[in-house]
Amino acid sequence: MSFTDILFAFAGLFGLFSALAVGVLSLTWLERKTLARIQQRAGPSVVGPHGLLQPFADAMKLVTKEDIIPAYADKLLFWMAPVFVAIPAFLIWLAIPFGDGIAVRMLDLGLLYVVAISGIGVVGLLMGGWASSSRYSMLGGLRAAAQLVSYEIPIVIVILSIAVLVQSLSLDAVIAGNTITVGEATRDLPGQGLIPFAFVMPMGFVIFFIAGLAELGRTPFDIHHAESEVVGGPFVEYSGAHWAVFFLAEYLNTFVISALIVVLFFGGWSWPSPPESIFGHDLSGTTTNFVGGAWFVFKSYIVAVTIFWIRGTYPRLRIDQLMTFAWQVLIPLSFVNFVLIAVVLFYDWPLWMMPTLSLPILIGAVIGVQRGRGVRGRPQTVRVLRRSAGEIGRPMPNAPTQTQIAGEGHAGD
Amino acid sequence: MTAQLIIFYLLGAATVLSSLGVVLTRNVVHAAFMLLVALLAVAGIFLVAVAEFLALAQILIYGGAVTVVVLFAIMLTRTDDQPRADHSQRALAMLAAIGVFGLLVVAFVVSDVASLESATGVATDGETGFENLALGLFTDWAIPFEMASLVLLVALIGAIMLARNLEDGE
Repeated sequence: MSFTDILFAFAGLFGLFSALAVGVLSLTWLERKTLARIQQRAGPSVVGPHGLLQPFADAMKLVTKEDIIPAYADKLLFWMAPVFVAIPAFLIWLAIPFGDGIAVRMLDLGLLYVVAISGIGVVGLLMGGWASSSRYSMLGGLRAAAQLVSYEIPIVIVILSIAVLVQSLSLDAVIAGNTITVGEATRDLPGQGLIPFAFVMPMGFVIFFIAGLAELGRTPFDIHHAESEVVGGPFVEYSGAHWAVFFLAEYLNTFVISALIVVLFFGGWSWPSPPESIFGHDLSGTTTNFVGGAWFVFKSYIVAVTIFWIRGTYPRLRIDQLMTFAWQVLIPLSFVNFVLIAVVLFYDWPLWMMPTLSLPILIGAVIGVQRGRGVRGRPQTVRVLRRSAGEIGRPMPNAPTQTQIAGEGHAGD
Repeated sequence: MTAQLIIFYLLGAATVLSSLGVVLTRNVVHAAFMLLVALLAVAGIFLVAVAEFLALAQILIYGGAVTVVVLFAIMLTRTDDQPRADHSQRALAMLAAIGVFGLLVVAFVVSDVASLESATGVATDGETGFENLALGLFTDWAIPFEMASLVLLVALIGAIMLARNLEDGE
């Protein structure tokens, strides 16, 4: 590795991180505007036109705010926790391709890299939760760990299915296609420029999107920092710059999940293929890469707005519903998806067999979840309340004690 | 001294120091986080040795999953209410640790590491290393591989059974 290589690496990192900072600021503005629209408010509108400078004002405020560390906190871990969450969030971006072969580092094992690095952030949340020495933080940290570890499994299995489909772990091959060999048969898998994998693997897409939401800890999966239950979860005791770093990481992760959905299921920079010319200007060659990159970023923003939209319109799940959903629905479905793609490739069936086989299963699963909702997911407390509402004045038969009710809530975990 | 060597020594020092920290610290949670640092540093050493797949697997499994499980176990069992170090077994633990370490050193010295590659037929360096690894795992070494997953499955089911009995009291 020569000196210029190192110089280029640093320049790439610097450029990427600056771009990401701007991306994060724009995402906070976008989220507040989206939520405001959903809730029939104006949202940020004072600082700058349409409140566009609000994120900068917020950043200023957070950085200059007093940084409070609780007296009983474990100082070192308290300091390190936000860093542990933020660094992986930045590092994932090294492997994301913005154009044909354009990434800070084009990795052969890009898919595995993304999965591996994103797993470290959980430790930061646990660390922050424990170091704050507050019950709410601790509970929030444990909830975060339980949730993130559970939802990581369907994500990994779906990514594995995609790796099986393209017979490569490189994100470049996922977009540009690959020549794949299964047993004796060899075939050219066209890149996502023609058919995005969302249409090849609709079930995988749905699983990845839902599990991705859960990995972000966004509504409806924000149980680990739910205000009404654990106040702010692992972030309760944080303020000022530390808190800002946590939220920087959260928005970075939102952006990275959006980008990954675009790369894995909507063809990254290649689908629908960016125009060859605009207003008579020829865009072929290098310029196409810029157009492709802009196209990719634009699509990522669309996915991010969808995520904000879901946050604005869906209520939060309970923790037992959340875990049941991961283990009883998403993980089995992701395995079905994985086996399906393997079977389709092994018997050399055409690729449209994949959606035809998986869509009925997906629809069946949705109906099953809808039907089973009231039966298994209803906690003891709700049943007790209903019963007592119907039988006011009469003592409840076999009335459970407070401890039993509290204990029942965890039975489904 | 090349850059690789310097990075290797830095990572090696980090591994050794944080491993010592795991053993010597009185605080169990600190020990768990030191373990994480040690495991990540080992992943870094794998990277220096151009074993990308091994490094990423190390980060994924040990950095992400194992540490979280360890922390979970520690935090859920509320160690703060109990004495922090178990002194009565210290001599025994030391003996066991030294014994295992000695065994490892002997195994490492006795075995001819250089010829291992030809023995397994798996060249793990370079671009094709990952493919070779996969082929080796699922063809020649399929039975040991499946045995390992069977052991994990048994452990998983055992853990669930244990937890069930404790919780329901049935």
